[in-house]
Amino acid sequence: MTRRSPSSALRLHRELTAIWATPPGWGRLKAVNHTTIGKRFMLTALVFFAIGGVLAMLIRTQLATTQSAFLDAAAYAQVFTMHGVVMMFLFAIPFFEGLAMYLLPKMLGSRDLAFPRMSAYGYWCYLFGGTFLVGALLAGVAPAGGWFMYTPLSSATHAPGINADVWLLGITFVEISALSAAVEVLVSILKLRAPGMSLTRMPVFAWYMLIVAGMMLIGFPPLILGSILLEAERAFGLPFFDPVRGGDPLLWQHLFWLFGHPEVYIIFLPAAGVLSTVIPTLARRPLEGYEIVVAAVIAVAFLSFGLWVHHMYTVGIPHVALSFFSAASGLVAVPTGVQVFAWLATLAHGRPRFSVPMLHVFGFLFVFVLGGLTGVMLAMVPFDWQAHDTHFVVAHLHYVLVGGFVFPMLAAAYYWLPHIFGRQPVQHLSHAAFWTIFIGFNLTFFAMHLTGLRGMPRRISTYPPEAGWETLNLVSSMGGFVMTTGFALVALDLLLLAVFGKPFRRNPWRAGTLEWAMPTPPPAYAFASLPEVPARADRLDPDRLGPALAAGKGYLGATRHGWMEVLGVDMVSGRPEQLVVLPRRTSLPLWTALATGSVFALLLFKLYWLALPALLVVTALFLLWTRDCGLRTDLADLPVGHGPDLPHHYQSERPPSYWAMIFTLAADATLYASLLFGALFLWLSAPGWPPGLAIPLGAFTAAAVAAALAVAAVSVRSADGGTAGRLCVAALAYAAALVVLVAFLADIRGAAVRHAAVASVFAVTSYAVLHVAVGLVLSLFCVWRVGSGHVSARRDLDLRLARLWHMFTLVTGLAATAFPFVLNVLTGGAGP
Amino acid sequence: MRRACGFRGALAFSAALPLSGCTGDLSALDPAGPFAAAVADLWWLMLAGAAAIFLLVLGLFLLLLFRPGSGRRVSPAGWIWIGGVAFPLATLVALVGHGLMRGEYILGLAAGGDPVEVEARGSMWHWDFRYSGGARASRGVLHIPVGRTVVVTATSGDVIHSFWAPRLGGKIDAIPGHAATVRILADRPGVYGGVCSEYCGAGHEGMVFEVHAHPPEAFEAVLAGLPDEGEAAR
Repeated sequence: MTRRSPSSALRLHRELTAIWATPPGWGRLKAVNHTTIGKRFMLTALVFFAIGGVLAMLIRTQLATTQSAFLDAAAYAQVFTMHGVVMMFLFAIPFFEGLAMYLLPKMLGSRDLAFPRMSAYGYWCYLFGGTFLVGALLAGVAPAGGWFMYTPLSSATHAPGINADVWLLGITFVEISALSAAVEVLVSILKLRAPGMSLTRMPVFAWYMLIVAGMMLIGFPPLILGSILLEAERAFGLPFFDPVRGGDPLLWQHLFWLFGHPEVYIIFLPAAGVLSTVIPTLARRPLEGYEIVVAAVIAVAFLSFGLWVHHMYTVGIPHVALSFFSAASGLVAVPTGVQVFAWLATLAHGRPRFSVPMLHVFGFLFVFVLGGLTGVMLAMVPFDWQAHDTHFVVAHLHYVLVGGFVFPMLAAAYYWLPHIFGRQPVQHLSHAAFWTIFIGFNLTFFAMHLTGLRGMPRRISTYPPEAGWETLNLVSSMGGFVMTTGFALVALDLLLLAVFGKPFRRNPWRAGTLEWAMPTPPPAYAFASLPEVPARADRLDPDRLGPALAAGKGYLGATRHGWMEVLGVDMVSGRPEQLVVLPRRTSLPLWTALATGSVFALLLFKLYWLALPALLVVTALFLLWTRDCGLRTDLADLPVGHGPDLPHHYQSERPPSYWAMIFTLAADATLYASLLFGALFLWLSAPGWPPGLAIPLGAFTAAAVAAALAVAAVSVRSADGGTAGRLCVAALAYAAALVVLVAFLADIRGAAVRHAAVASVFAVTSYAVLHVAVGLVLSLFCVWRVGSGHVSARRDLDLRLARLWHMFTLVTGLAATAFPFVLNVLTGGAGP
Repeated sequence: MRRACGFRGALAFSAALPLSGCTGDLSALDPAGPFAAAVADLWWLMLAGAAAIFLLVLGLFLLLLFRPGSGRRVSPAGWIWIGGVAFPLATLVALVGHGLMRGEYILGLAAGGDPVEVEARGSMWHWDFRYSGGARASRGVLHIPVGRTVVVTATSGDVIHSFWAPRLGGKIDAIPGHAATVRILADRPGVYGGVCSEYCGAGHEGMVFEVHAHPPEAFEAVLAGLPDEGEAAR
């Protein structure tokens, strides 16, 4: 191993660029770099924002006058459904994901995210899924049941076309992207930081994103589960939501809002993180109450999972139960108030300067406070009985989401675009653009509160003249077009910035965060060497740090073997503990995403026998990713420029992939818990229980599967000479369990379409089948890795990762085999 | 009730929106019975409170921005604990308690009386109303007596609908497989509008109905003149 002292900053720059940069031309398809992928996410999200905006204009044109004949009711339904779907799933979430991908490694003093190829895969999934949804709209087969797709309107009886399938499959496809981003953000924040950056020194934006990613991990699985169950009902007749066969439409509402409410905070909190970063810089004072703000954000995260029922005040839940959710919904205003007053305290004790981002902070506060106040109103049960599902709610949610997301993102754009483009704004249009949006927005949505209170329900395409809603609607429509003009002005303004802006040297805002301690526009490797962080990471001096880091004076200030190196730190203290070598750029994420997309397309067109081989292709492609992961020889600890030598991550106890596996299993466990609770909910609440038919128990199946899983779990122990043999035993045990489980599924298939109780058993068993199949693949994969020399006593990471899966499969598999027996006891023991 | 509404409506909106008012037979701000009135009162109360809080927060922000240093006398912890914790907590405890009592009142746990029971069955895209267990029925028009609480049980045979007569009380979803109730009450005779307020497919906006509130004696006569279930559906 050769280590050369850096002769000059320029030479180091050239060497690092050769290693990290994305090649031009077709090579762009291989990009995995966080700067590139983050920008792609944001740009694509803006394209979808424009599409969602056009849909909004169609809605406002339709509603501008009474008895409008502009769109018919069926086309209007597709338009309002897709407006919501595009804005929520294809704009808001991907946009902040892109911003977080772009900013986090730079703010944390690292060079990239923990799983760059996963970022690229997530991006392609998002792009293909989004294109698929918008393509369906152009083809006239877009979902049409509203963005929350209530059953039975979205069930096969009432929505026989493929429209609802487009939603279920398209959204699930995009959710894969969101979940992979959540895992990646969690691991990157926890493991890939600058040395010395303990959790308590993290920039506050990283705290926000850490909590948001945790919420996504728990919040998205219920929706994914709901989508799978509804698709299973539509495609195969498993009656989870059909009240005639033991299902319940309310199950969908619970699953949807269990995701849907945290979702609102998942969208708001990254924006609040931006504000907690931007306001202190503009106030020239570090954020006041850093600790209490972090505590408040954690409180919001917890509360947000206890509020979902406030979307369901009118379904007939007892008032006493509603009052609990009402109090919790009101209570969430407290941690939000803490954040707002922490910002005010920062302004009070700082020396605030008025600038374009501050103008958008004003827009945020004005609009979001109003949205929060109407939110507290709606949390009051009796008021919601009147306002629910009217235009009052439409007004409220736009005040919250535009106030809580769009204005902060505009502030973020004006604040960080100089970083992205290396140019400062010309400011000719910025003020006019802001005021146009601000006035247009309030014209549109302030009037809409009154429209709703005067009785106009959501989602109607026409209204009679005598209803007295026309003037208010016309005001809203005119305001909508004013707002659109404003967004066009912003687009033009930002384009002018990118082309004609003044270049600057460094740190134009005099910020104290690390992302400014690098040249702008940022090089692909972000930092030529990594800083040591001695203080809270929003009180640093980028102007002093930048040149020193560029000269290679920090950690990892030299290149070796063409490796893409970053430091892995202890989660809490930030002490360096491993050298993480990231995988090289590759087009595999693109191919894998294409294959994944083809699985969804085949499911959509009901070509199930082709979907199975396509799934195998996806699996094979994912396994190919591992070819350039890991080591074939044991390495000694490596020098990192300062401090003690560190082990290669592949030889360390807890590398990033270990934590990624833990977090993935946490999301998986949430999905499983949602499924089990869903079945219990049906037992408690659905009409048509207890079922009039026997619950299939399968004692032999249960015993055989339990034995096989136990064998598989204990065979995969330490790495020594007998490992490959034991792995083969595990694979055989899994194969046996698979055969028994699939036979059981085939056996109960007929009964599963007759009652939701049996359908639940079918779903729980299918979950076990999937996990056993993955366990089988992982066992064989480990055999391959042993054969290819990747495994030794010091290099047993592959085995340890697989072992986590085997243990998880053992626990969930045992629960799955016990499930029919539990259900049988609960329903009075009608089973054989 | 109408006069009170008009006065406060003018107070709240006349400066900003001269087009506001309390007309239209679907306006929740123009209650025609005590349940809707209780919610309308709650709204005016919350509107006043919300306006005050909004002006306070925005005022503080603008003050701090344009008079730098004006907030230094209060320590950062003071700002956060007083403004961010104590103030919202106190306001919310009062409001949630008040809202809960309003809800209990509307649910009529305290009230006795002799409620009229009707079933409102939503189907794509019309409402059928059944009285006296199906012996009498009407489509598109719900007949109720003035001054007596009416317990409406909402059911559905196809997708989710929602029964809402804004001037008489809150809404309730009609969910297949479930039967939930809402209480409405008219305190004067008249014709009141009703709509389906849960999106239920392409005919959603046409799924309207009328509530005819009759004096008690006239109500019995109207009811007696209604056909039975089978005929009403035709």
